[in-house]
Amino acid sequence: MAAQEIGAAPSEQTAVADPIVSRFEGALRPDERKGYEGYIVAAEGLPEVATGLRDELGYDYLSSVTGVDYLDGGQLEVVYHAYQTSGGPALNLKVQVDRENPVLPSLVSVYPGADFQEREIFDMYGVRFEGHPNLRRILMWDGFAGHPLRKDWREAYYEEENKPFDSRWPTGDVRRSEAANRFGKNVIYPAGFDFENWTPESDESLYASLNKVGSNGKTLQTDSLVVNMGPQHPSTHGVFRMVVALDGETITDLQPVMGYLHRSHEKIGERNTFLQNMPYTDRLDYLSSMGNNLGYALAVEKLMGVQVPERAEYLRVLMAELTRVSNHMWAIGFLLNDMGAFQTPALYAIRARELILDVFEATAGSRMMCNYMRFGGVARDLPETLRDENTLDFISDLAHNRLPAAIDELDRFLTGNEIVRARCIGVGVLPAEKAIAYSAAGPLLRASGVPYDLRRAEPYSIYDRLDFKVCTRSNGDVYDRYVIRIDEMRESVKICQQALRDMPAKGEIFSRKPQYNVRVPEGESYGRVENPKGELGYYVVSTGKTNPYRYHVRAPSFINLTVLGEMCKGHKVADAVVILGSIDIVLGEVDR
Amino acid sequence: MYGTGMLRGMGVTIKHLVDAFVDDLRFLGQRYYNAGSLNARQGTRGRGVFTVQYPEEKLPVPERFRFIPFLLYEANADGSTDHRCTSCGICAKVCPPQCIWIERSSDPETGRPIPTPTRFFIDIDICMNCGYCAEYCPFDAIKMDHDYELASYERIEAHIFDKDRLDKPVEYYAGIRPTEYVDEENARAEEDAKKAARKAAAAKKKSVGADSKAAAA
Ligand code: SF4
Ligand code: SF4
Repeated sequence: MAAQEIGAAPSEQTAVADPIVSRFEGALRPDERKGYEGYIVAAEGLPEVATGLRDELGYDYLSSVTGVDYLDGGQLEVVYHAYQTSGGPALNLKVQVDRENPVLPSLVSVYPGADFQEREIFDMYGVRFEGHPNLRRILMWDGFAGHPLRKDWREAYYEEENKPFDSRWPTGDVRRSEAANRFGKNVIYPAGFDFENWTPESDESLYASLNKVGSNGKTLQTDSLVVNMGPQHPSTHGVFRMVVALDGETITDLQPVMGYLHRSHEKIGERNTFLQNMPYTDRLDYLSSMGNNLGYALAVEKLMGVQVPERAEYLRVLMAELTRVSNHMWAIGFLLNDMGAFQTPALYAIRARELILDVFEATAGSRMMCNYMRFGGVARDLPETLRDENTLDFISDLAHNRLPAAIDELDRFLTGNEIVRARCIGVGVLPAEKAIAYSAAGPLLRASGVPYDLRRAEPYSIYDRLDFKVCTRSNGDVYDRYVIRIDEMRESVKICQQALRDMPAKGEIFSRKPQYNVRVPEGESYGRVENPKGELGYYVVSTGKTNPYRYHVRAPSFINLTVLGEMCKGHKVADAVVILGSIDIVLGEVDR
Repeated sequence: MYGTGMLRGMGVTIKHLVDAFVDDLRFLGQRYYNAGSLNARQGTRGRGVFTVQYPEEKLPVPERFRFIPFLLYEANADGSTDHRCTSCGICAKVCPPQCIWIERSSDPETGRPIPTPTRFFIDIDICMNCGYCAEYCPFDAIKMDHDYELASYERIEAHIFDKDRLDKPVEYYAGIRPTEYVDEENARAEEDAKKAARKAAAAKKKSVGADSKAAAA
């Protein structure tokens, strides 16, 4: 109580002391809703405020842009989280706009990294961003009716606003969800939709929008043509399409097209209870489910204000770093696949990964869908034995011998290989300023020489106690993105060794009484972790109930694709495959 | 020199090839199925590639491995069975994809609920094997299985498991999850002992109270 009074009394003073409010006098005001933070900006002033923040105050990195539908207030809110690449907490900006006629200025010219995210908001909420160069749907298909994340939009399988559904207990009248579908098909068509004569407009406009002027014409007679790589293409790691404009073999423009695997993760997340979302996060980037769990747990713990016991913190970090190693092994293996070294490097890379998955399976019960973290700890402690060995011995052996040996072997196998070097060096160069502007994250950003790693920039869990180096490389080409993954694996192994050394031998792993349905205090929170593929963020809004009002995932795979076209321009079409491989995407996370 | 990188890489490939055969010698005789040899060669001691000949051979799954849940019952000496589930509904409420359906029984005369389910269904097409139902069931009545071979020729009827299909004896559970079973039994015994002690204490207090009252009178 006393603290509150002290905090509340000199409100004028704080307003004066706040450099952001004083700098942008009149254009923004602090967000004073309970549990909220940051500033509310007037729509007209947004580009000016953003430019000022970027150029004068150093908020050069736009992490996440997302929307929230406040149905009761009749408003849509667009939420921006910007950071300084030198480190530090978020700047949280919000713009409110009328639900009926939502028009906002686009920030793509200030932060090019907003490109796909604004398109997603347009797709999901119908907010029109004026000045956006390419405002089309991004996850849903062109003929789709409505904007799915609006609170009054209902899916074909709609049963109730929130889980748990009443029909499950105590009456238990079982039925398959197909039978509950009101439309017979899993789609609603817009009024007057003509199936027979429909051609996807936006494909035409997409093809027309590509830059098709080549530079090759003088020496060689080349044609310009548009090629669709995908959705079914072995190089795309899933169902993903690259529309490539070519001049001869040289790429003049490239646009990624995604959404084929979209399953409305966020809509499901808002129907779910807080706890129920945890196993769903496993299915985002299914190669690093431990990291996904951690990010979500952090976001909700921030709202709940719970502490995590010491031993659980160490277990979390241990698992997250093992995940990083296993993810990078896979990333490198697949990069080599994309270069044409079919399967041999990939299989060598995943041999060590198998042992890591063994640890996950024995501890959490599943190799990939770990569902291991809970709000306030982890689900289970390490088991006694693993494959007839003491579990701790198994993991120590892994951290001290097997993984370093596997990483060294991969290094010996590939780093000096002349073909790898010829295919990678100087390909897909991404300069540092561009990487920051396009909100690239993770190895993609650090390979361009930006030492930005959340484990250092804004330490979470116990990373501030651990000794590791933030790896960077300077050239920002595909080769550096390969080498940095080797470097990062070495650092992760170091972290695992420290975690094993310092972990309390016994102790609580869960700080609260396990509860199957938790109520989370009102407010918003943005939890982010350095996932293997980059910054994974969760934006959660709670209204004090058992279900999140808003649940958004800032997916690194998705946002890293924003810069793909830029990196590919001027290269040969075969390089596009390698450049895509070097970003390391997982379609489960891109499409959500 | 150009090409040394590639040669070194080929050295790695050859080492992998040789390792596989060296391991065959190191673990001589442990080629075909027995759990020990699979553990050894798939564990940290194995070096070379080792192929498990599924379905003739199967990798043992760890105790905590979780696949589609099942319901536990205890078989009595007289042939009757005690089902542990009280149809409290917690598993149906916590289940993320909502694939558990429970019909609670009620007394035909009073209409009051009876702690046992009339019907219990799990749609295994939807079950995401998260393990929450087992984690939050207060009566240890639902547990995750190890049986992952559930392919069938028909998916509409066959994939909605009813109570008969879900029921498994406690002994089966003790077999697949021995340590968890023992831990739970111990916890239950402790809890029972505590309850008994509390009851005894309460009874004693009462009788002491009665005694003192009697004395006062
Ligand atoms: S299985 Fe457990 S949680 Fe589910 S209804 Fe029965 S007793 Fe309750
Ligand atoms: S394992 Fe998870 S998804 Fe499957 S029935 Fe249990 S709670 Fe539901």
